[in-house]
Amino acid sequence: MTTDQRHMSEPPLLSVRNLSIRLPEGFDREYAIEDITYDLDPGEILCVVGESGSGKSMTANAIMGLLPELLKPVRGSIEYRGRDLLTLPEEEKRELRGRDIAMVFQEPLSALNPLMTVGEQIDEVLLVHGETDSGVRLKRVLELLDFVGLPEPATIRNSYPFRLSGGQRQRVVIAMALALEPSILIADEPTTALDVTTQAQILDLIKRIQRIKGMGVIFVTHDFGVVADIADRVIVMEKGLVVEQGTAEQVLNQPRHPYTQRLIAAVPHGAAAGGSGAAVHEQAPLLELRDLNKTYRTGGGLFSKPRVVPAVQHVSLTLHRGQTLGVVGESGSGKSTLGRIIIKLLQSDSGQILYHGQDIAPLSQAAFRPMRKRIQMIFQDPFASLNPRHTVGRILTDGPVANGVARPEARQRAEELLALVGLDASAYGRYPHEFSGGQRQRIGIARALMLDPDLLIADESVSALDVSVQEQVLRLLKEIQERLQLGMIFITHDLRVAAQICDDIIVMRRGEVVESGPAARIFDAPQHEYTQRLIAAIPGKDWNPRQVIESLQEEPSDVAHASPASRTLRWGTADPAA
Amino acid sequence: MDFVKRFSKNYGAVVGAIILGLIVLMAIAAPVLFPVDPWRTVAMPLLRPFEDAQYPLGTDMLGRDIAAGIAHGAKVSLLIGTVSTLVAVLIGVSVGAVAGFYGGIIDDLLMRFTEFFQIIPAFAMAVVLVAIFSPSITSITLAIAVVSWPGVARLVRAEFLSLREREFVQAAVVVGQSVPRIIMTQILPNAMSPIIVTASLMVATAILTESALSFLGLGDRNVMSWGFMIGAARTMLREAWWMSFFPGFAILLAVLAINLIGEGINDVMNPHLRGRKQ
Repeated sequence: MTTDQRHMSEPPLLSVRNLSIRLPEGFDREYAIEDITYDLDPGEILCVVGESGSGKSMTANAIMGLLPELLKPVRGSIEYRGRDLLTLPEEEKRELRGRDIAMVFQEPLSALNPLMTVGEQIDEVLLVHGETDSGVRLKRVLELLDFVGLPEPATIRNSYPFRLSGGQRQRVVIAMALALEPSILIADEPTTALDVTTQAQILDLIKRIQRIKGMGVIFVTHDFGVVADIADRVIVMEKGLVVEQGTAEQVLNQPRHPYTQRLIAAVPHGAAAGGSGAAVHEQAPLLELRDLNKTYRTGGGLFSKPRVVPAVQHVSLTLHRGQTLGVVGESGSGKSTLGRIIIKLLQSDSGQILYHGQDIAPLSQAAFRPMRKRIQMIFQDPFASLNPRHTVGRILTDGPVANGVARPEARQRAEELLALVGLDASAYGRYPHEFSGGQRQRIGIARALMLDPDLLIADESVSALDVSVQEQVLRLLKEIQERLQLGMIFITHDLRVAAQICDDIIVMRRGEVVESGPAARIFDAPQHEYTQRLIAAIPGKDWNPRQVIESLQEEPSDVAHASPASRTLRWGTADPAA
Repeated sequence: MDFVKRFSKNYGAVVGAIILGLIVLMAIAAPVLFPVDPWRTVAMPLLRPFEDAQYPLGTDMLGRDIAAGIAHGAKVSLLIGTVSTLVAVLIGVSVGAVAGFYGGIIDDLLMRFTEFFQIIPAFAMAVVLVAIFSPSITSITLAIAVVSWPGVARLVRAEFLSLREREFVQAAVVVGQSVPRIIMTQILPNAMSPIIVTASLMVATAILTESALSFLGLGDRNVMSWGFMIGAARTMLREAWWMSFFPGFAILLAVLAINLIGEGINDVMNPHLRGRKQ
């Protein structure tokens, strides 16, 4: 790192000074961000890290002039080449946007116009900023597409966004951002919506163009693994404040602030949880899948051929009580379909689902309904999985009531479970929107446990959560699973998380199981080429958060571990950003 | 109780409830306030409003009291508006919910059936139905209901199609709730907002459709209605503006009141909006 020497020689490219942005009344805090000060030097990647609601995207939006109407900067300045961006008239700001400062958004599909070819969209950027010669523009478009690593620029230029994969779309967005050779690139969670292997490619691309063009990059992310891969300097934000900043080396390996230490401790580390005991396997299996198949057929009218997507192909697996089986794969691998088939939200095409030795695959919905309570699911999206019109109490007791338990009795059970998942009893009468994501996921877990299942399917159950919350929920799941000796199928795209909680793992690709085995073996010695690729793509593999935390624990002055988990486990204090 | 308390915090809804309450009171009290049959000639024809204190809103070309007509007409207009809407919503929600929830062949069959009603111009069909069954309040109400449910069915179906894919509905399936229960307690409450808004607009349309039927001479000849009054005023629009103005204003007030109430109920039922207006 040469950041310090560079500080001496060159003035910063962009300097944010004491920036405060006030929130409208009625929020949990007065400022969205308060007293933010940092510099961006030419040729460096500055990572802004924080959890949801920390205000990490706020400065980026302020720089671009993209703050919502309600949020007004009340103090401070953002200086770029001697000009304060906050007081600049809109017209001059528009000229700066794109030409000097460009932005890459999180969701590449919504950042692109679905009705224009990607070539036209890049062309438009050039046209708007005054390039009138169409021949020059065409040449530049092809150059840019080639530069961001898209194959056959001449062909892809005429493609519509929906024809491209997520990674290709993000490349197009980056090409648009680079069109006018900006000196600052702001990337707001540009890889969060992408699969891990694609993420690795996009990170490489950003690193490469940053080096070639010598741009300053502000990279907003929640993922410390990503930070470890690309950052030169890091800013850590919590609740609108910068709690720590320094070089990547310092922040990652000698974090000083307790919040940073807590975040790093929560990063899933991928170290296996320890294999399942052999004794468990001697019992009769809880669940056994034999040669399960499912194919999606869409479209296909009178005159057109249907589109056929094999989602699950010849999948077989065995699960015992007390065992956690991870199902890992990228989007489109069929892992969620598999979960939904087991719980019979989807009908399989062929194969057997033996639950306690009984094949439930051919059962009709009506015949299966009495058995439903034994197989429960924790859903992915804590915002979509709770009925917004029902109180938490109603949500929890609906299941037992549907299975013939009296409401008061169910209520008692619900209160016990709320306590078990770390929520206050007063949650019973509240509505889901009054809770944060992590708290809602706890409600989802409590709902699944209301019926005393012996098989639990967790479908990406922690993917939508911040790392620190994710860690708590994972711990909760593991604890419950061990205490109640449930069989659990844990579906995830994140190998690190899978390795942490699962005894065994199966890796899926395009509906097929490519590798299976104990978590530790899969993670440390993957056999299949695809698994190896997945593991190689995990961000931050050269950095070991566990080691950092262990070394911190040896220091006597450490305060980091005093209480974070127990504090945030209590209802009402956890993650403030609801 | 809670419902009433929250509803009363919504000023628009309270104003709507007051207006509607007054109209209902007027309809109930009409025989007492205006004991004379509104069809009877009681004074000079084309008496201007506020000319004669006994006939504050004037008289029409046959000397019938406009004020009496409005008071007596309120009953018919409100009755037809609300009952036909209720029937239409009932049919529409049932058809739409079943079609949207089950999808597939059931959806196809129900939607083709719905389209069968939709492809015939609504008003023409209402005219035919009333003509066949001879004009009476019952036949007019049913005719209006029969022509207005397909819109509700389509709307509810669309809502159900998107809601049934939501995770909370799948969660209800997973905990073992029965299909009717899922439809009634999980999906329907979440589809209520557009249904209520549409329904309050449908009451307005129903009142207007009744007017149009009366206008064509297909109204119930035994009872006075606002629509008939406007229909009768059409030839005198330039000479006697009050003949159409007052019943028209009555329709406007009734429709406005119902819309305000609909919006209020919608807000009260949505937990997201709770506490925001306090």
